[in-house]
Formats: sequence, structure tokens, C-alpha cells
Amino acid sequence: MIPKDLKYSKEHEWIKVENGVGTVGITQYAQEQLGDIVFVELPSIGREVEKMEAVAVVESVKAASDIYTPVSGKIVEINEELNSSPNLINEDPYGKGWIFKIELKEPKELDELLSAEEYERLITEG
Amino acid sequence: MAEKLIFELGRIDREGVSIPPDDLESLNIDELIPEELLRKRDPTLPEVSEVEVIRHYTRLSQLNFCVDTHFYPLGSCTMKYNPRIGEKLSTLEGFTSLHPYEPDELVQGVLKIMFDLGQYLCEIGGFDAITLQPSAGAHGELTGLLIIRAYHETKGRKRSKVIIPDSAHGTNPASCTLAGYKAIEIKSGKDGCIDLKRLQEELDEETAAVMITNPNTLGIFEEEILRIAEITHSVGALLYGDGANLNALMGITRPGDMGFDVLHFNLHKTFAAPHGGGGPGSGPVAVKKELEPFLPVPVIVKKDGKYTLDYNRPLSIGKVKSFYGNLPVIIKAYIYIRMMGAQGLKRVSENAVLNARYVINRLKGAFDLPYNKPPMHEGVLSGKKFREYGVRTLDIAKRLLDYGFHPPTIYFPLIVEEALMIEPTETETKETLDAFIEAMLKIAEEAVKTPELLKSAPHTTPVKRLDEVKAAKELKLRWKEYK
Amino acid sequence: MPFIPHSQIDEREMLSSLGISEKEELFSHIPKEIRLSKELSLPAPLSEIEVEQEIKKISLMNKGVNEYISFLGGGSYNHWIPSTVEYILSRGEIFSPYTPYQPEASQGTLTILFEFQTMMCELFDMEVSNASVYDGASALAEACLMALRITQKEEVIISSAIHPEYRTVVKTYLESAGFKVKEIKFREDGRTDLEALEKALSSDTAAFAIQNPNFFGIIEDIKGIQSLREKTNILLIACVVEPISLGLLTPPGSYKADIAVGEGKSFGIPLNFGGPYLGIFTSKMEYVRNMPGRIVGETTDTEGKRGFVLTLSTREQHIRRAKATSNICTNHNMCAIAATVYLASIGKKGFKKISEMNLKKAHFLARELGKRNIELLFKSPFYNEFAIKVKNPDKVLEAGLERGFLAGLSLKRFYPDLENSLLINVTEVHDTQSLEKFANFLGEIENG
Repeated sequence: MIPKDLKYSKEHEWIKVENGVGTVGITQYAQEQLGDIVFVELPSIGREVEKMEAVAVVESVKAASDIYTPVSGKIVEINEELNSSPNLINEDPYGKGWIFKIELKEPKELDELLSAEEYERLITEG
Repeated sequence: MAEKLIFELGRIDREGVSIPPDDLESLNIDELIPEELLRKRDPTLPEVSEVEVIRHYTRLSQLNFCVDTHFYPLGSCTMKYNPRIGEKLSTLEGFTSLHPYEPDELVQGVLKIMFDLGQYLCEIGGFDAITLQPSAGAHGELTGLLIIRAYHETKGRKRSKVIIPDSAHGTNPASCTLAGYKAIEIKSGKDGCIDLKRLQEELDEETAAVMITNPNTLGIFEEEILRIAEITHSVGALLYGDGANLNALMGITRPGDMGFDVLHFNLHKTFAAPHGGGGPGSGPVAVKKELEPFLPVPVIVKKDGKYTLDYNRPLSIGKVKSFYGNLPVIIKAYIYIRMMGAQGLKRVSENAVLNARYVINRLKGAFDLPYNKPPMHEGVLSGKKFREYGVRTLDIAKRLLDYGFHPPTIYFPLIVEEALMIEPTETETKETLDAFIEAMLKIAEEAVKTPELLKSAPHTTPVKRLDEVKAAKELKLRWKEYK
Repeated sequence: MPFIPHSQIDEREMLSSLGISEKEELFSHIPKEIRLSKELSLPAPLSEIEVEQEIKKISLMNKGVNEYISFLGGGSYNHWIPSTVEYILSRGEIFSPYTPYQPEASQGTLTILFEFQTMMCELFDMEVSNASVYDGASALAEACLMALRITQKEEVIISSAIHPEYRTVVKTYLESAGFKVKEIKFREDGRTDLEALEKALSSDTAAFAIQNPNFFGIIEDIKGIQSLREKTNILLIACVVEPISLGLLTPPGSYKADIAVGEGKSFGIPLNFGGPYLGIFTSKMEYVRNMPGRIVGETTDTEGKRGFVLTLSTREQHIRRAKATSNICTNHNMCAIAATVYLASIGKKGFKKISEMNLKKAHFLARELGKRNIELLFKSPFYNEFAIKVKNPDKVLEAGLERGFLAGLSLKRFYPDLENSLLINVTEVHDTQSLEKFANFLGEIENG
């Protein structure tokens, strides 16, 4: 259920790093909690952000959740498809439902994130 | 057959009510205004007859649940009966036909009502001065916070934050932002009340105010209120009271005596003016003496038996709307207070509390009571035990519609999971309360035995459950002629 | 006791089910120090007969537009109201529900609000409307805040020909939150000085706001305003305080307003000494997520039937709390319903006719005054309100009362420089005879 190759934040974001660029989305668990996602507010490309800064907003009809970047860096790409199909986050949270890509400033920050096992423990034990 | 929209009725060129003939045909519009200032396309408005108008809106009105037809125990909203006498007298032509810029001497009657109502509200709340200008509770919050800001500024204090409990109405933090303050939410204690230790930790020289509701949104009286006021005042901060729950307190205790410096009233809740399906309301703001100079202009002043609108108030925050306040709502509240008197208002609060406690007491077995303290005028239950049957509080609410009851407030306050916030008010008979209790108990059984019945509810309303996700995705926000 | 149904037996039964015998015990946990030790000091209660007699007596102490022929406008215009409006508003199904949070039990209110939004979009030529806010002044303040949110800038520029009370409300709302409000003067012809406006615009400016027709009844140079909007990235906020004018005049969307607000009082709402009125709030669709207030949207139920719900609620305070687009919770629902029934009742043709009558009657009076050598203060096109020069406005107003006229609004109240002038409003309720009578009165007093 929880992909082993990703890192996780306590706020239910995942990140996958390839060549110094991290792809960020929200977890299966988070999308289930939110319910049908109707709107995603994406960050602007080029924005410099600090770890745990709110950079995007994911909305259902009854809730709006800030999405925090799990690492510091510069936003280099955003998932424009979410503008027309925000439900991709519900359908494929670890794949087509990715939210933004970030060029890492401090790769060491990854060490502070949770592993799949640790994240699983977080959501099962609450 | 679903009711059509007014745009889908009528025919081209059909006319409604009669308009007098043009007796100035000799004047030509083109000669009066340059053509470049005129609109090029006429707006699409209905073309219907008077009978179509009346049938359409009468039929639409019949699709609503309302206090006049249904028990409406919506927590925090005080959906009490609206006396007909208020409707009758507030629409007298001696009120409706007054222009706001008439000279004061022509409007002495209306100024008297506004002045006297202000006095009554000050007495009920324990305050010294008041404005009737704000249009609603949230508007009152903004006004009150701006008064607090102006007060601090004249004292040369720059303060940046307002502390509110996490059980607060959503308008509280939103009003703080609007008034230029950072809202700091503190976690409620295990008993659902303000956690004094956490409050003490947050209170500092940056705190402009502490904003609370008493009884709080769980319907629980904050018994430590005097201590809360004391530590708030000890750092020079002021105590703001959200008056949404005043229906529990009239003639029993007064916010002003508890240490509140500012309080907004909701005339459309406590004082029996109708909610109008969402306004207009009225949210007067009462203050202690030292805050009086900051009230919005104009303030109604009585001198030698004459009432005047006083604009000469150099420290005033300004205005939060044009003119003076929502007059019919003000008149209804005035009438209500005149008819109830001191003893009557006390009995209102006693019976509001009695009814709430009676209902909560009978339902706390079938539902969970997350904070087991005696509720005041409203109580909060939780439907979380039904989750294992796939039933959410929303489903319980929708099923109540089938039983002919408007549901309680749901999912608020946020600190209670699957919250059901019940405020019966004092105007309901015991038979109505019992019928509601029976329906709730029946639904609790259904949730276990036939959960599908709840999940597919409502079954008896003009439309079945509506797809809010679709609405938010498609954003059809106006009618268009789809060809 | 009125409005409280319980008999003593009811109360006793209910108390005993709680295991207590006196109502006093319901409050035993409230600290003694703050319990009221005596009764509230309020007048003795009145029966319904008595209260009715008293209120009628008080209402007769007031004199208004029924007793006087009124030329007062200034943001509150006296229009005829069809009887259909009053009837629909008097129904308990309309005035006694709460906000339509349970859509299946509120299709009446929601459908009417959807119609209202459609009508406002049509009249203002804008893409989206909310379900209303408190009044025109607070709508303008909310519009300024919305522009500041969209642009993330610090300042708005407003014309001083906007209603003075509206400008006060804008400042009250904005300045506490640290935003700047700059005012631009109006020219000798009563129009906003667009050259001064252009000079004042800077990279800090979020938006500029104008009122059309403006506070003096003057129709602004909308071509100039449009080109200013098109030359810059600065948002245009248009405010329409007399929306009856929209039957004839170019609507805000057509001169490229980004946000257009207005006062809907003229649509079936009584004068009521200034409230409740109706805040109209419209914008371009691209800004909808920054809008304050409730918005109704169309959807379907589980069986595919059309229905309406409150939508885009994540903008609002009950979900977004401190980050909401506004603190507004309630709208002015009854007033929005009044406007909807009003516009449906007079219809497409009637609206245009009434709009024309206002224009013509105002111009008729202005010409009659001209014949008596009473001059207009400003020489620009006007709609149903205009300012005239008089020797002593206080004297005119006083003499007017004696002759049965509320002879207008003295402009020096808001503009100390305009000391010898009166603002005169004419609507469809004035017949030509009373306009002539008024012209004669003013002629006598000014020339006599």
C-alpha cells in the first residue's frame, strides 16, 4: 500500500528524489481523509521555499488543506493537469496525482523524513 | 416536475406588473445622454406575468424547511419562534418611509427606539455604551476588534495578536485577520473549557484581546471566567465576548459583570428577530465606558428629551456600513424586550437551558456526550460510534429531514468528532422535544440495523441528496440559455 | 408568558427527569459572584395590545416620504415597490429559515439566490455574482480587500466622487489591516480627475475604484476609465449605487471592470431609515476563489434532478477560519430575495421603462430649474440625481419643510468646499406636477 521507495512527512506528503529534484504529492491516506478533491492551488514556478512552508492548497468541498514542502529548495515544475482534473490526486496519489517538483537545496533534509515503515506506523497508531 | 427557474418561464414581450405611461415622451434619451455612455445590450431579465411571479416564488418558498413549519434545533443559531407582532409593526409606514438623511427632528420616534434598545441591551449585558450599526454577528466582531485596536493605539500600544480557543466560531479568527490581528488558537482543556495554563502561556504584551464565547460552543459555561478576565487584563489585553450564546444568560448573569470589555449581540438570535434564510441580521456591539469614544459614528445621543445623531467623535473607528443599522431587526428586538420585561427574559434563558438539558439528557445514552458537563442552552453530542456501520453525522442529519425535523448543526465545534450541536430554544413545546428525541433514538437504531437507509437519506425532500462535489467542480454559478 | 409554551406541569416533569426540583439548580455551577442578585432594570412588560399601541404611536412621531415630497437621494433612492415583493417576503417559509446549509431542505432559498446571481451578472455584465453582502459600502470595502488579495499589493486608489460614507467604510476596513487608501479629486465638471488618477497609479497600487453614476449623479468618463484599465495591470473596481441606471447606462463589465459592486436598495427594498440594504458583489470568473461571501451553484441529486447548493465554501470562515476571504457569514438574504422578486415582477421591459423614467424626470426637473435661472453645479451628463447651486442651502431646506418638501441633501455636509449646493434626486415616484411645484418653490426662494 505505502510505496517503499518514497520518503514521507508527518503532514502526509510524499517525496521521490531523482537527480537532485524531488517530486511531491500527498499520500493515499491523506487523499482518503480529504475525500473528493475539487481544486488544487499550485505554487508558482521559480518560487524559493523553506522546508515545511505551505506551498499549495488541496480542497475538497468541506476542507482546505495546506500542502507543505517536505524539503527546502526551488519549485521547478507543477502538475498543470490538476487544474482541470484535481481528482487525479484521488485516483492516483503516488503517480499522476503528483503536485510539484522541487530542486533540493539541502539534500540532508531528506534524512529527517519518515521511511515507509515509519509512516505506516504514524497512520495506524495515530 | 421540478420547479423551473424564472428565466425558463414566460414568453418574449410578456409584461408583469403595470408601469405608469411615459408622460415625458417629448424628451429624447439620445439628447440627454451621449450615446457612448449607454448600454449596448439589454440585460436578460424575466418576461413573466404577475401570476407567474407569485406562483413561482410561492412554490419555491414551499420547498424550504423553516421555523414556521419545522422544529429547527440548529446549534449556535437560536432558531426560536419569531413573534408575528414584530413582523407587523416593523413594517409600519412610519418606519419604512424614512430616508436616512432626513433632519433629526423628523425621525424622533425611530431614534427613540434605537436609543432605548441600546439602553436595554446595555442593561442586559452589563455594559455602558453601544452601537447598533453592524449588520450581523461577524460584522459586530469586526467592529468590536477595531474598537479594541483603536483603544490600544491611543494608549500607544502596538499589539499584534488575539487569542481564541480552538472551539471558537469560524468568524472569530476570520474577524481577527480582517482587523489586522494574528489569531492564535489555543487548545481547549480536557473539560472542553479554556485551558488556563495554555492561556497564561500565550498572554503577553503583544496580546490585544482574548476572544471567547460564554457559554462556549459546547454549551458549557466557562466557570473560570473571572480568572480568565483577570489574567487577560493583567497584560493590558481586553476580553471580547461573542454574544451568540446569550440566550443562556439573560437575567441570570451578565457578560459585563464577568469581566468582558466588549460584547456583540445577535438580535436575530437572542431577541427573536427572524434569520431571513441568512440575513439581514443585526449585531450591536456594547462596550465598557473607556471604549465608548471609539464607537462607530454616528452615536445616538439624548439631550433634553431630544435625540440626535452625533458625528463629532474624533476617536471613532469610522463606519462599518453606510447609515445606522438594520432598522426592522432593531424594532423587532425592541418589541420583544418590551413584551418580555425582566422576568420574561429570565424565563427565556431558564427554559432555553431546561429544554437543552432535557434533550441532551435523554439522548446521551444513544449518542456519545464527549464533554460530560451540564449543558446550558445547547449541547454537543457525537455520532462517532456509528462510524463502524459506515454512518456519518451527515447521514444522521439527512435522515432527520425524513422525520420532519431540521437537523442540528453538524461538524461544529471542530474539537468534537462527528459533532451534533443541538439548541432547542425556549419556544418549543415538550411534545415537540419528545418527538424529536424519539426520532433521534429511532435513527440511532436505524444506523445499526439499516445503515443504508441513512446513507441514502433524505428520501422525502423535494430533491434527494445533492452532489456538492459536482457543484464545486463544474461551477455553474448562474443560469444561461443552453442552446 | 408570551412565546414560552411550557406550563408548570411541563416544567416540573422535565426538571424531575433531570433529578432536580427547581429551575434555579440549572445554574448552580455559575459562580455566585457573578450571578445577578437583582432583576434586570427594564420597563414593565407589555401585552400585545399595549405594545402595538405604543409602537404605532412612536411610528407616528416620524415623518418621511409619505408626508413630504422628497428629493433626498445620496445613496438611498426612493423607488416604487410592487406589491408582489412585500407579499413574498411576508411568507414564513421565506423569512424564518436559517442559512441554507442543508440544501435538500432549502431549495426555495437556494433557487432564488441562483436567480439573483444570474440577474446581477446580467445587469452588471459580469461573469459571476455572490449571493449578496450587507450593503453597497461594505461591498466596496470587500472589493478593495479582494483586489489586495489578488494582487498582493498594499494600496488602493479611490475617487473622491464615491459616496462619502462608502469611502469612510473602505478606510475603516482597510487601514486597520495596514493597507493604504488614496483619494483622487474630482474635476470642476463633477467627474473623477482621470489625469490625476493616472499619475497616482504606481506599482504598489492594487486597484482603483470609481462610482458610476458618481455621488453627484454624474456619469463618469467610462471610455477614459476603460483605457486606463487597459493601459495598466491595475484592477478596476466599479461601484453602482443606483442600479436602476443599468437599464440604460453602460454596465461595469462593458468598460472592463474586474470587480463590480453595488447597492441594491433600489430593487424593491424600502428606505427603512438606511437599512437593511443589499450589497451586490460581482467579478470576473478568474477571481471567483478570492470572492467573499456565499455563492450558490447548480448541481444534481442522486437521481439526476437539478438542484442548488452553497458552493466554493472553502473560501469561507467556517472552513478556512483565519485564512478566509472574509469574515462574512450571513448575507442579506431577504434583501436579495426582494431584488429578485422585484426584477422578475417588473421584467425586462419594465426595468428599461423605469430606468428611462428616472432619467427623463430628473432632466425635466433640471430644465424647469434652468428656466428659473437655477444652475447645475456640474456641467456633465447625469442620470437621476444632480447638484444645483443655491444661495443658502440651509435656508432652502428649512423653507422646504414648511412647504412640504424634503428639498435635497446639502453637499457641504460631506464636501465643505461645496457649501452653496444641494443634491437633488428624482425617481419614477415623482409626478410632473410635483416637479413643477418644486421648481416653482426653488425659483421663488432663489429669485425672490
